[in-house]
Amino acid sequence: MIEVSGLTVRFGGVTSLDDMSLTFEQGTCGLIGPNGAGKTTFFNVLSGFVRPAAGSVRAFGVDLLSMAHFRRARWGLRRTFQTEQAIEELSVFDNVAMVHEHSRQGGSRHGDVLDAIAFAGLDADPEASVRTLGAGQRRLVEVARAVVGRPRLVLLDEPAAGLPDEETSHLAEVIRRIPEHTGALAILVDHDMSLVSACCTTTAVLDFGKLIASGPTAAVLRDDAVIRAYLGVA
Amino acid sequence: MRATLERASPARIARRSTRPQLIKASITTVLLLFAFFALPELLSLYYIDTMTQVVVYSMVTLALGLLVGRVGLVSLGQVAVLAIGAWSAARLLFATTQPYPLILLEAGLITMVAGVVIGLPALRLRGLYLALITLMLAGGITVVLATVNFPNGGHGFLGYNGSLLHIPPIRRPSIAASDPAYYRFSVIIAILMFVLVLVHIKTKPGRAWAAIRQSEPAALAAGINVWFYKLWAFALASFITGVAGGVLAGAVHYLYSIGFPTQDSITLLAVTLMGGVFSLWGAVVAGFLYQFLPALLNNWGVSADWLIILFGLGVLQVLTTAPAGLADQVPRDLARLGRFLRGKGRRPSPTRGAP
Repeated sequence: MIEVSGLTVRFGGVTSLDDMSLTFEQGTCGLIGPNGAGKTTFFNVLSGFVRPAAGSVRAFGVDLLSMAHFRRARWGLRRTFQTEQAIEELSVFDNVAMVHEHSRQGGSRHGDVLDAIAFAGLDADPEASVRTLGAGQRRLVEVARAVVGRPRLVLLDEPAAGLPDEETSHLAEVIRRIPEHTGALAILVDHDMSLVSACCTTTAVLDFGKLIASGPTAAVLRDDAVIRAYLGVA
Repeated sequence: MRATLERASPARIARRSTRPQLIKASITTVLLLFAFFALPELLSLYYIDTMTQVVVYSMVTLALGLLVGRVGLVSLGQVAVLAIGAWSAARLLFATTQPYPLILLEAGLITMVAGVVIGLPALRLRGLYLALITLMLAGGITVVLATVNFPNGGHGFLGYNGSLLHIPPIRRPSIAASDPAYYRFSVIIAILMFVLVLVHIKTKPGRAWAAIRQSEPAALAAGINVWFYKLWAFALASFITGVAGGVLAGAVHYLYSIGFPTQDSITLLAVTLMGGVFSLWGAVVAGFLYQFLPALLNNWGVSADWLIILFGLGVLQVLTTAPAGLADQVPRDLARLGRFLRGKGRRPSPTRGAP
């Protein structure tokens, strides 16, 4: 369970997150909002790339913000990036092994890495260089990295951006199964509402850094405030 | 999904040596055996000395290539680091009777500590600013070395005696006193350094460096302590350069601060880029460019100053057409030439390929 309370982030005069308080219970939770709403900023706070002006984040009883950013991965934090960051110089196997060797390391490295690649449904030779893969496969490399080494909290930042429908539906299936497969809580940020609906039981909505709605996904997507935030006021 | 699982069977992963890798390993072994056994028999003393220098500077460019190519840190202070290694080794060689390999290890470790200090700015700086800071540091070290001088058998901590008329040479290992034997000794040390780097690249640090070079946020998110691994890279590069300095000390017998000008760090970076920073062969090519070409031109009576122009053009060529350097470009172009020639030999008529 992740408890966020009073989280505020400012960049100069811009308040990117404004007193955000929210609890993510379990399973796969959605986090949506128009561009510039503060979704990635929230992920960056959790990753330790951005220091908040105020607020706290308790993850499974631990004060996440007091942890050095690289230690958060060892604790069990994983994330994917809006612009995919599979390491080109390395093979698929080494990309995943790299995360495993800096993590809590549940079982044997070899088996764990292959399990993660298989779980992501990555139809590529593990020895293949990432440089030779297509966009969809690279996204799956990132997902494999996110599920290896007993994660506790998996952050997925627009994992389906730029993917064709067929690959998105495969990705949706993989994301949906992350909690049961790893026992982790997953938070999904995306603009694709069908993906969010397919994966997330609960969803929260940010607009201009403020939390404007949260609850069961279907109800949230029908919420007037959410529709106004996305479409504007007539 | 089943297909993926079958592909990812452990046996498949374990079978990592493919045919091209075996061919590569065989070529490397043959070349090393040739360099070790045959070269000293074939070359004159002048070129044997030159080859020892090539080996020394291959180690230096190996270290620089590691920083630039693997971690993305541009250092313009490597000649000063080399000088620290040479100074430390010379001082220890005059002061103690320890075996030469042990002194190389100690010189490497001393230089490693100095290199980590030089690398500290790298934790906050990248690119041009890091290059500038390392250049300034190198300048500072060169000034200090010009003041304290290199040890020449004198007393005290600095070991320099300006009034000595008969300066004793820096000793060599007893089993490698002659020039050909010392060349072979330097080849063995270089092989050890190349293996050390290879082991790093293929294991945990190599993966961490690859991640840092492409994206520091991705590296941090993967749990990599970027601070630690950057310093580790500087420590390893400095250790190797320090060992190279120790080998250089025995090779030349006498060391002078004038032999380590700050501007040589720039030329070193140029040849390292030309050789190729993404492959270990690049360091060997860079060593040849840096030491063999000037010796060749010198032997032909051509001024080595031409090399500055040549290296300038070379860097331009590499940066525009072959970012992975000559070590990547030449084999690729040779293979292409081979295919072209074979194709020409076989082609029966000009109508081939017509619709």
